[in-house]
Amino acid sequence: MAKSSAKPPKKKAVPPTPVKAPPPAEPIVVKKPAPEPVPAESSQKKPARRASAEAMGLKQRDISVSEFFTKNRHLLGFDNPAKALLTTVKEAVDNSLDACEEAGILPELRVEITEVTEGRFRVAIQDNGPGIVKLQIPKIFAKLLYGSKFHRLRQSRGQQGIGISAAGLYAQLTTGKPVLIVSKTGKGKPAHRIELRIDTKRNQPDIVKDDFLNDWPVEHGTRVELELVAAYRGGRTGVDAYLEQTVVANPHLGLTYKTPKGEIIEYPRVSNELPREPLEIKPHPHGVELGMFLNMLHDMETDTVKQVLVSSFSRVTPHVADEVCAKAKISPKAKAGTMHGEDVERLHKALGEVRVMAPPTNSVVPIGEELLKAGLARRFPNAEFMVSTTRPPSVYRGNPFVVEVGLAYGGDLPGDEPADIMRFANRVPLQYQPKACAISEAIYDTNWKAYELQQPKGSLPIGPLAIAVHLASVWVPFTSEAKEAVAHYDDLLKEMRLAVQECGRKLGAHLRARDKAASEQKRLGIFQRYIPEVAAAIASILAGDKDAIAKSFQKALPNYVKLSTIEQSNGGSQPPPQAPPAAEPAAQAVPKKSASKTKEAPKKKGKATQLSLL
Amino acid sequence: MAAKKTSASATKTAAAKKDQETLAKINKLAQNALKSVKAGDNPALDIRIRALSNVSFNEKRRVIELGNKTQTREFFNVAMARKFMQMFLIADKCRELINADLTLTIRQMYYQSKHTIANSTENTFEDQSESDPIIEDLEVGIDALREELHLFANKRGLVAGPLVVNDAGDQIDLGQMGRGGWGIPSICEDGVLKFVRNKASFVLLVEKVAVWQRLNEDRFWQKNNCILMTSEGQAARGIRRLLQRFATELKLPVYVLVDNDPWGLYIYSVLKQGSINLAYESMRMAVPNIRFLGMSSLDYKKFNLSSAVQIKLNDEDIKRAQQMKAYPWFQDKKWQREIDELLHNKFKMEVDGFLTKSITFIAEEYIPKKLKDRDWLQ
Repeated sequence: MAKSSAKPPKKKAVPPTPVKAPPPAEPIVVKKPAPEPVPAESSQKKPARRASAEAMGLKQRDISVSEFFTKNRHLLGFDNPAKALLTTVKEAVDNSLDACEEAGILPELRVEITEVTEGRFRVAIQDNGPGIVKLQIPKIFAKLLYGSKFHRLRQSRGQQGIGISAAGLYAQLTTGKPVLIVSKTGKGKPAHRIELRIDTKRNQPDIVKDDFLNDWPVEHGTRVELELVAAYRGGRTGVDAYLEQTVVANPHLGLTYKTPKGEIIEYPRVSNELPREPLEIKPHPHGVELGMFLNMLHDMETDTVKQVLVSSFSRVTPHVADEVCAKAKISPKAKAGTMHGEDVERLHKALGEVRVMAPPTNSVVPIGEELLKAGLARRFPNAEFMVSTTRPPSVYRGNPFVVEVGLAYGGDLPGDEPADIMRFANRVPLQYQPKACAISEAIYDTNWKAYELQQPKGSLPIGPLAIAVHLASVWVPFTSEAKEAVAHYDDLLKEMRLAVQECGRKLGAHLRARDKAASEQKRLGIFQRYIPEVAAAIASILAGDKDAIAKSFQKALPNYVKLSTIEQSNGGSQPPPQAPPAAEPAAQAVPKKSASKTKEAPKKKGKATQLSLL
Repeated sequence: MAAKKTSASATKTAAAKKDQETLAKINKLAQNALKSVKAGDNPALDIRIRALSNVSFNEKRRVIELGNKTQTREFFNVAMARKFMQMFLIADKCRELINADLTLTIRQMYYQSKHTIANSTENTFEDQSESDPIIEDLEVGIDALREELHLFANKRGLVAGPLVVNDAGDQIDLGQMGRGGWGIPSICEDGVLKFVRNKASFVLLVEKVAVWQRLNEDRFWQKNNCILMTSEGQAARGIRRLLQRFATELKLPVYVLVDNDPWGLYIYSVLKQGSINLAYESMRMAVPNIRFLGMSSLDYKKFNLSSAVQIKLNDEDIKRAQQMKAYPWFQDKKWQREIDELLHNKFKMEVDGFLTKSITFIAEEYIPKKLKDRDWLQ
């Protein structure tokens, strides 16, 4: 909720991203023969004019974003009641987490969902973030396209500043209830309690009620409450799944969740380490779009092209800038404002071809191998094995990124179902469109049979397995604006496959060692069960000391059972395998015909001493 | 069971000596196991395999003999550890028996050695079918006979006839046993059972108790001056040992009357040259010149029996007959013909089938005619 209240965002027109460059100053006229008018219907007459340009002009006016939203709410994740609930929770939680991290506060969140009447839910999300200054509250929660994140190239959860106000708008449209915000910025400061509406025509907040709370028992933080028409569903796309997964990707988050059923689920924090603050970076020359490049040039029209290149891009040194200009056959000293049409295109092309260093990767903040494991352990506390990999940073189209994979195996996970896949982009769970996502493809493509798991052809591995894949990047390439699936870039896919395979190999090694250890454990159990019996019989025959004889057997035991394998596999992760099952009267010993080694008597055997008296 | 009244102190000292030898063997078994385990080795014991793959037919002696193939029973081997443990339990109990000069049946031994293993729900023996083979393993493993281990099987088999024996000091006239006959003890070694006086000129062993009772009621043994025995099915060790002693010590010819089916043939076969399982005792039990009196597949025509006696051969019978046809000790032409005839008839017959003729047909016509015609296989 707290959208960087510290620095009020620059007022700047939201630049639409043009795909084509604007028309060149001197248009190249291509003469084409005028197309023959297609005869309308059977009539040979010209159609009558219906309206004049002036008349049409009267109808043309601004479309407010709010109005646009009311007609196109599916674009922002409010297509149906179930998805609306998820999106609302998700936008609020993402904002809270971003705000806490930016302010350097370990996030402690409370999510409460209550069913008011059938099909109508009240959602409350409360954080311990920095709070929001009163002035900003209405704009942040009741004005679409207002925020601090859009203008920066920096890793964060939300990107556009549309989410939480859209949720408020959806709530208002479906129930007519205003959004309630309580926020406090510090000890001794008042807790503001504000009820807001959005004026959809003007895209302006409309304060319904402005109040104070004197006894809000919170040092600082923000609470937002919305009432909306929604549906509460379980499963992969539900709110519960979203929160469970969020907990995996954010080990530093402490979460309390009150479900619509009234249960209270607590996820205490497992790491006191805040993610490193991601550095804001300039675009890399290999990843910039033509339209964006044009805007950069025109924003700094009085500077030279070279100056613009050096100051607006990362990794572009004066030397590199000269090279780009030479390639584009443009003087480095030309004013940026004079660049139009083909010049810009040539420059853009040269930017993509010039050899430059990869972008600085410290702008990407992965979860980290240990913390990812800790996150998994929080959701799967009984898993017998956990492994994670954080790949070294890599680059796709000039954007640095890091892929991480974590696996949890065994415990309460169902053994006969496909693996539980968790996809994350910048720590945000992706719950829709798994089939369209590059992350899923990397998992499908992996040969899990090599890692001792079943895998029907072309599908997910079967087994008590959960796979978490995290893509951290300054700019996550989604397949669509709904931000539901990661696009298939070869560089991304390659890193994902490598990470999945690396974890898979470790899992395979563990499973093999475990099987071996289990069989050794079983062998050990058999011998240890019988040693006292044999020792007692021998002691009785020889009138010897039973315990001393048993000790001799125990001493010889390691020569025949690999005790080390058992210990190793115990050390692997938390719960040690249970003690050897005492029951099960040694199935091996029962067969009537002894299936033992057959050989001619005179032959001498290696290790076993012969006792034959024959 | 134990002999206490014996006047012959010589036999007693002989038995005591035997006991000392057996104790030494058990002791050595334990010593060796302990020695190898102290050296960090796998305690192991070679046991000769008691299976068809390790028996051979000795043409000269005409008995089945156990080969030299052995299996090594190791302790540190999951497939063998349990049996290894069981063997030592039995060995220890046998040592106790010998020291106390007591004997037990193999079933009693099963209960003696059975207990639940500490910290588990597993028993040392789950049922007798587990302990019986272990006892046999121990016999071959340390080369001691069952009776030397002070064990015996339940007695089985009856005998009557003009013969007086001394069993563990008691004088018994087998001609005075009434309708029930004398139960043949499971141990018939010359140490405990002695022949005092014999008037019989041959021995007839029948498979079925019912047939034995029929013949006894007819005083068949008296009329024909023979020893009449029944094995009550497959012959136990005591009967076989006794039969061998009749054949060797008393030089009596032995005839066998079994049902006409593969099972009957096998009973005869075991008496004649020994069984696969007890091949190691063949020499003490086999009666190689024992005679197969009947009933033969050829008797159906020979005695003009009615079709009422026919019992259809089932698949298992056919399989068994074919297996036996391949045994080296049935390769004699006459035997091949006998088995072929059985398979050709496609039916089997029981000795009781002669009752279709008359109640006394077996005693008064069938057996005398067979003996007179020397119509037997050997």
